[in-house]
Amino acid sequence: MNVKEEEFISQYSAAVSKKKLIKEKLIKYFFMINSLAAIFLILSIFIFLLYESYRAFEQIGIGEFIGKEISTPGGTAKTIYQWYPTSEEPRYSIISLLVGSLLTALPATLISALFGIAVGIYLSEIASSRSREILKPVIEIFAGIPTVVIGFIMLAIGATVFNDLFHPPNRLNAFLASIGLSIICIPIVASLTEEALRSVPNELRMASYSLGANKWQTIKNVILPAAISGLSAAIILGFGRAVGETMIVLMASGNAAELTFNIFRSMRSMTATIAAEMGEVSFESNHYYALFVIGMVLFVSTFILNLIAELILNKMRKKLRS
Amino acid sequence: MKEVKIKINNLSVYFNYIQALNDVSIELYANRVTSIIGPSGCGKTSLLRTINRMNDLMHGFRLTGEVLIDGVNIYEPEIDVVNLRKLVGMIFQKSNLFPKSVYENLAFAPMLHGIKDKKEIEEIVERTAIQAGVWNEIKDRLNENALNFSAGQQQRICIARALTVEPDILLMDEPATALDPVSTARIEELIFELKRKYTIVVVTHNMQQAARISDYTAFFYLGHLVEYDKTTRIFTNPANKQTEDYVTGRFG
Repeated sequence: MNVKEEEFISQYSAAVSKKKLIKEKLIKYFFMINSLAAIFLILSIFIFLLYESYRAFEQIGIGEFIGKEISTPGGTAKTIYQWYPTSEEPRYSIISLLVGSLLTALPATLISALFGIAVGIYLSEIASSRSREILKPVIEIFAGIPTVVIGFIMLAIGATVFNDLFHPPNRLNAFLASIGLSIICIPIVASLTEEALRSVPNELRMASYSLGANKWQTIKNVILPAAISGLSAAIILGFGRAVGETMIVLMASGNAAELTFNIFRSMRSMTATIAAEMGEVSFESNHYYALFVIGMVLFVSTFILNLIAELILNKMRKKLRS
Repeated sequence: MKEVKIKINNLSVYFNYIQALNDVSIELYANRVTSIIGPSGCGKTSLLRTINRMNDLMHGFRLTGEVLIDGVNIYEPEIDVVNLRKLVGMIFQKSNLFPKSVYENLAFAPMLHGIKDKKEIEEIVERTAIQAGVWNEIKDRLNENALNFSAGQQQRICIARALTVEPDILLMDEPATALDPVSTARIEELIFELKRKYTIVVVTHNMQQAARISDYTAFFYLGHLVEYDKTTRIFTNPANKQTEDYVTGRFG
């Protein structure tokens, strides 16, 4: 190797190491900082909620958030589960709100599991590629409808129709809200179901057909069992969305903060309570802190739901890959 | 003394506008092993999947010509595909056991086809596993997930599963490609055993394997059947120049 060549090489490699390496590092850090920022934001939200809830527990007491013991005129004590923070004797029980949330979210999850899984099966296993191309975006558009529009429709049209047909005790009620929630949860469950079913290797379908199974037997005996964890994750995520949804419940549920287990009565969810009251509450009052407790309960429960779903999905992907 | 089991007349197979097989006529014999060899894309797998009508599931599939099994054209409209697939078992390149227990895998088809008696199913499980030479390895682990077994064991369980429908014909699509030499040898021994009862058609990329296991060999190239003869003849004294080039490794 002569001197000139060596010079060339050393120059060349120097240029590479300086310019390119700096650029690559910058790119790397840019993306790293972005993802760290997301984690940082979530963590700070959580810490903020935790701190404000702590203030609430300090000033109001944890027991108050379960129920309040009051003495009745007869002299016996009675625990009431009521959310009534603006009363002269404020009540902070989030039990009625929790029950309210479940009263809308559980039926909505049931409905969207039923229809969402059916739609997912159709999309993945039955529809021709052309009808899938048309149907899939249409269904996904439903998930993107502003929830206030759905709430409005349920409030204005859904309630009237439902009222005329079934005469429920309250015109606006939990059932109506859960129908509204289903409209946004069905697409979520459907597309997650479709994804889970499509992740089942095609070889398993082939095996089933080659043993003389027909389409329905293959879906029922091979594909659904293989994708069962994906389906349960889809349902959990749908449930998480239903619990966290605000506008639809706020508008269609009647917003009565009463403890009720009757799906045809008015009730109020945790999310609707925050949305409705946060604007009117005086800053740093007990009521203000109490709303943060609701926020924390919501945050933690949806976080846990998402975590469970993610763990289940991870496990399924590993299992199907082996 | 050799009896024709599968007779294919002037078969052409298309997927949309692509022709996979071009005017193929061939007779496959009962209780013989026939190897289908040829370079990738020559139509080997298409031919195999025509025999149990698995191609029906492919988008844009259509065919001309006839496929007769025991003299019956299996593409006649009154043919029940379920019955056909009970008659023609299939083994795939990679083992495709269901992510269920071994027992559930082997009981899948019998239960599907209406056998309810538990004893009868257990008998089928044991008999087919013995036939596939895998019974000793699975008999104490029947309730274990089938995917926990080694690749070679899984492939033999697949063979056992294919036998549970009591077929006459076994189609094997490169059954040992994904296996180590020891497992491959076991599969090959098994094929030799099974031909006493079944008509076996094997697609293979491995010419030594074709030479070892088969009685007849068919060489396909670009959708045409180039040469079909006794395996010994194909590998020692082929009539066609292309066949000779392929089996001697000059192209492929």
